[in-house]
Amino acid sequence: MVTTAPNNLVYERPEGFTDTPTHYCPGCTHGVAHRLVAEVLEEMGVLDKTIGVAPVGCAVFAYNYFETDFVEAPHGRAPAMATGIKRVMPERVVFTYQGDGDLASIGMGEIVHAAARGENITVIFINNANYGMTGGQMAPTTLPGMKTTSSPNGRDVETQGYPIRVSEMLSTLDGAGYVVRRSLHDPKNIRLAKKAIRIAFETQIRGLGFSLVELLSTCPVNWNMKPVDALKFVEEKMVPYFPLGDYKLSAGAAQIKI
Amino acid sequence: MTRELWKGNEAIAEAAVRAGLEAYFGYPITPQTEVLEYLSRRMPELGRTFLQAESELGAINMVYGAACAGVRVMSTSSSPGVSLMMEGLSYIAGTEIPAVLVNVMRGGPGLGNIAPSQADYSHAVHGGGHGDYFPIVLAPASVQEAIDLTVLSFDLAEKYRSICMIILDGSIGQMMEPIQMPEMKPIQRKDWEWATNGKMGKRERRILTSIYLDPYAEEVTNLRLLERWKHIQQDEVRYKEYFLDDAEFVVIGFGTAGRVALSAVRAARAQGIKVGLLRPVTVSPFPHKVIDELVQRVQGLLVVEMNTGQMLEDVRLSVKGRVPVEFYGRLGGVVPFPDEVLSEIQRVASSRLSLEVNPREEWFERMMAH
Amino acid sequence: MQKEIIIAGFGGQGVLFSGQVVAYAAMDSGRQVTWIPSYGPEMRGGTANCTIVIADNEIGSPLVKNPPLAIALNLPSFDKYEDTLQKGGTLIVNQSMVDRGAKRGDIHVILVPCNEIAEEIGDKKLMNMVAVGALLTALPEITLKDVEKALEAHLPARHKHLLPKNYEALKRGFEAAQKIPA
Repeated sequence: MVTTAPNNLVYERPEGFTDTPTHYCPGCTHGVAHRLVAEVLEEMGVLDKTIGVAPVGCAVFAYNYFETDFVEAPHGRAPAMATGIKRVMPERVVFTYQGDGDLASIGMGEIVHAAARGENITVIFINNANYGMTGGQMAPTTLPGMKTTSSPNGRDVETQGYPIRVSEMLSTLDGAGYVVRRSLHDPKNIRLAKKAIRIAFETQIRGLGFSLVELLSTCPVNWNMKPVDALKFVEEKMVPYFPLGDYKLSAGAAQIKI
Repeated sequence: MTRELWKGNEAIAEAAVRAGLEAYFGYPITPQTEVLEYLSRRMPELGRTFLQAESELGAINMVYGAACAGVRVMSTSSSPGVSLMMEGLSYIAGTEIPAVLVNVMRGGPGLGNIAPSQADYSHAVHGGGHGDYFPIVLAPASVQEAIDLTVLSFDLAEKYRSICMIILDGSIGQMMEPIQMPEMKPIQRKDWEWATNGKMGKRERRILTSIYLDPYAEEVTNLRLLERWKHIQQDEVRYKEYFLDDAEFVVIGFGTAGRVALSAVRAARAQGIKVGLLRPVTVSPFPHKVIDELVQRVQGLLVVEMNTGQMLEDVRLSVKGRVPVEFYGRLGGVVPFPDEVLSEIQRVASSRLSLEVNPREEWFERMMAH
Repeated sequence: MQKEIIIAGFGGQGVLFSGQVVAYAAMDSGRQVTWIPSYGPEMRGGTANCTIVIADNEIGSPLVKNPPLAIALNLPSFDKYEDTLQKGGTLIVNQSMVDRGAKRGDIHVILVPCNEIAEEIGDKKLMNMVAVGALLTALPEITLKDVEKALEAHLPARHKHLLPKNYEALKRGFEAAQKIPA
């Protein structure tokens, strides 16, 4: 490990991270999202009482990186597993970390009902418009016309349907306390994303119901783009289709000041 | 202790409560719904967790989560619902954590019907979910036995960090019998050395997962599960025997088929036929050893099931062709009456039995001839 | 000793409860007993039945094809169980709901106007208890007193004020059946 003189140290591994290099592809924003969660848990001083739930997808090995207890859910079932954990240990902090195939396709039932029940769990939802781990197939969030390995001519909405805007949909549920969409395509948005993640965990700790932060993310390898172009794609193509904003800000969550 | 008249489904629910059930997750499906309904009232009254899930998929994964936290947790369902739960069950097996699942079986395949059936024997005993694992499966034949096995199921699940399934057909779930409930045990949450319940400043972090990306590591896991299974096979076989001492013929049946056979065996005894009954209580681990011993002193076996002969295969595995095995089954939710089994016993006791016949084929031909 | 009883009728006639009363009485008098209802869609189709097995030893089958005893509270049940009753058995029939007499000569068919007797007592819902009273004439293992004690012990508290009328219904049914020559 490289050591740096303390007075020159401006950036280091947060306590919320284990000393394990991630397996993510170069340019992918999963690492950024991970770091934000780790920083927030560290800053809130809750690492010791947090249990994470990893999904099936690119973040399947998320449990290797966080300095907390972790379990690994079947594909799509993380919100159900998190429900089981939180219900028997309500004083613990429980979060899931899920991609769009996991959450918005195979796990749609679990996420909707966890939100509807107002489960006091936090969901970090990575929307990168494709199935990353299996090699870039069409996801429920794939943009119209977007080419993937299972929509080689571009997503044809006539036969393959339309993308799902998860945050908007979940915001209609009374059990949802805090549901927002942020993006990881530039430093300003990353800072906003971190703030949202903090509010989401605060929402949980205060028992204000279900909280979810949707993070628009890149997948340069499967999108067949350079990392910088991928960031631009998020800004220019994804943000217009998936507008950033606070979709559900319950009265309680609105009072949380960071 | 006074006896009380309880319905099977509700008795299982209360027995689980008294065994220290901390959390229940389920979904309505006939004929097990009374368990869910009973616990929806009982668990909150005790300050424990009850949750009606959005589906059986949700329910079993809530069980999975709560089991990771190290609490006594259970779900109950019926055949189609248990099919949905098989995914979660495989993960629980792969993660090596304790959980209890009750299947109040009904007629199938598909939507089938809601009549009593034993058609999920293979589904339960031989895995059901994907991958190499060995579930403990208990098969009660009465309401009292359902209670006793429910209590036992939590102990076995924890002792072996294993799934423990209880399979009973719908008639035991719906039947009332006089029973004695066990004493209420206070909840004593154990701080298992594997539970992911938060570091809380006391220990290193823990991970619970069923993923072993390295095939060699998975192989080691599979071997570990198999080794544990060998201990279970050695120590946990349970069965009930009736009139076996001087038996020339033995009927083998589990659950309701077993108790229906008991009526038939008694009637046959009254007619002077030396027949006994072996009723496996653990269908997994299967009582191979006792059948092996029986084979050495009886003239033939008759397997009776409410399916097409799923346990028959396990019986034949013990018999290894040494004595003739005959089969009688009713299907689709039909419960055999004792007189049907009695005429089968009479047939078996009076025929020249052959080692060569395939019992299922012969039974099938008899069924089709009717 | 083992006796099997089937009680059958329309949903709402108190078929399942009257079977439970018999089961409680058997249990409280120290016997083994099973009570099993028909369940599922057929319940909603309007007919209900339950089978009670009473024995001194561990009970095998909780279901029986040819019972020695049955109560038919309506005509469809009369038609069905007159056919399946064991030779020499006793069938209690709610005469108020049938328009015919017995067809078989090798069983005892006891016709009791359960509805009318219940209405005389002042509660037509007690019709099922009239029938249970009649059944006891053919089930000497269980006495009227056993059933009365079972009702007292197991009737929900909110229904306890109905006990005297239940006792009367049982007694009237028993007496009505006794008057009919076997």
